Amino acid sequence: MGHILARDICVDFPIFTNSSRSMKNIVLRATTGGRIARNAANASCVRSLDHLSFEVRAGERIGLTGHNGSGKTTLLRTLCGVYAPTAGRLLVTGRVVSLLDINLGMDPDGTGYENIMMRGIVMGLTPRQVTARVDDIAGFTDLGEYLSMPIRTYSSGMQMRLAFAVSTSVDADVLLMDEWLSVGDAEFQEKAAQRLSAMLDRTPILVIATHSTELVSKTCTRVIQLEHGRILSDTTVDKPGVLPQ
Amino acid sequence: MRGLPAAARDVADAVAAFRIWLMLAHTDVKQRYRRSVLGPFWITLSAVVSIIALALVYTQIFKVPTAEYLVFLTTGFIAWLYLSSLVMESCSVFIGAEGIIRQVNLPLGIHVFRMVWRNLIILAHNLVIVFLVLFYMGVGMSWATLLFFPAVILISLGAVALGYLLGGLCTRYRDIPPIVGSLVQVMFYVTPVIWPPKLLAGNEHLLTFNPFYYFLELLRAPLMGEAPAADVWIISITLVVAFALAATAFMGRYRWRVAYWI
Repeated sequence: MGHILARDICVDFPIFTNSSRSMKNIVLRATTGGRIARNAANASCVRSLDHLSFEVRAGERIGLTGHNGSGKTTLLRTLCGVYAPTAGRLLVTGRVVSLLDINLGMDPDGTGYENIMMRGIVMGLTPRQVTARVDDIAGFTDLGEYLSMPIRTYSSGMQMRLAFAVSTSVDADVLLMDEWLSVGDAEFQEKAAQRLSAMLDRTPILVIATHSTELVSKTCTRVIQLEHGRILSDTTVDKPGVLPQ
Repeated sequence: MRGLPAAARDVADAVAAFRIWLMLAHTDVKQRYRRSVLGPFWITLSAVVSIIALALVYTQIFKVPTAEYLVFLTTGFIAWLYLSSLVMESCSVFIGAEGIIRQVNLPLGIHVFRMVWRNLIILAHNLVIVFLVLFYMGVGMSWATLLFFPAVILISLGAVALGYLLGGLCTRYRDIPPIVGSLVQVMFYVTPVIWPPKLLAGNEHLLTFNPFYYFLELLRAPLMGEAPAADVWIISITLVVAFALAATAFMGRYRWRVAYWI
């Protein structure tokens, strides 16, 4: 299971200036026959994704590269269904899990255990499934006693470990990741890489946005380079290795 | 997917994802009062203080018997708190959930249901005061009291529709939340929350076009042991159906745009 088919997809963001977001100007425009606040109608657009077409089959590991603002994150959000394409056709089959923001479904005042439950549920698990995974998650985080304390007291590295552990315990057909693995000490990085590769073994499709050529060469089977929302190059990597150990 | 199927699908998916919004709503209530001794009962306590203060002054102004007025005020005030927070919080259902909406593809309805459920929890806390006052003042319960439940359900359904509608509009037009805020404040004074409607004596038409009046009556009458009048039911149901139709039309067309507006 797991397949992505994109045909000419575009994503245009309306840019609302204060004047076009405001009701006052719309009323003003209506009552003055469009002579005042005329610009309100011209909410300009930014084209973030510009006629992208590609197909991803099960087994592929896609690395999305490109400069800041080239559309990587927007593409990930479009693939996970947050943004419906403004034009074109997108078909994603299989269960999509996105690891875009480590703070998703986190309550700073809740304990580590409460947050494991919350994030797990927001990511689509049932409470029973979360309970079944709690020991595994707790074991991975190495947080021990801290799991009973509010995560507000955690360091950012500790929060990251917790979020990572919960996120990687969900099974997916299509896994979308924004590169956010560069947190934590060397020891954690190594553990994270192992856990991730274990997760990848059971995940048919991975799409990861990254700047790291090392990650791309070791993990990805295919690299899509974006620029200004267009595909600059789409190349197959010859010898995909495993994640850095 | 656009049109009616898009709107219906969102509601159905949101209902199915009940675990998410129940949990988020409970967290909301807990979060507001973490590290405080009284916890959520702070809400109740602040309502008690307002009710006592208002009762002290207005029994003198209106020259009405204290017991009778206290029952009237408490039931109305608690009902008003429920109605006004539903309307005001409808404005921020999507704006406030930006983090979730931009990260995962979940039905938008979970944010609406979360808001309504949170307010139901708070209402349940506040009802403690109502029942204490009713008991203390010796107001008996009757079969009509049970009508409170269908009334709450009807209003909560209306709030779901309003949450979708106002939530979406406010995400697009950021001027609307302050407008709604001021309107609700005005409505507090022109709706018979603290003043008995009979004081209008002959000018009851001032209430005819006030939607808050009907919803308030719908909640207050059962608490006072009376059945709400038939026209109150009819108009309330009509309003809820109108909200639902408007919300369906709006969400059918713009559901997919909300993530872009945030």
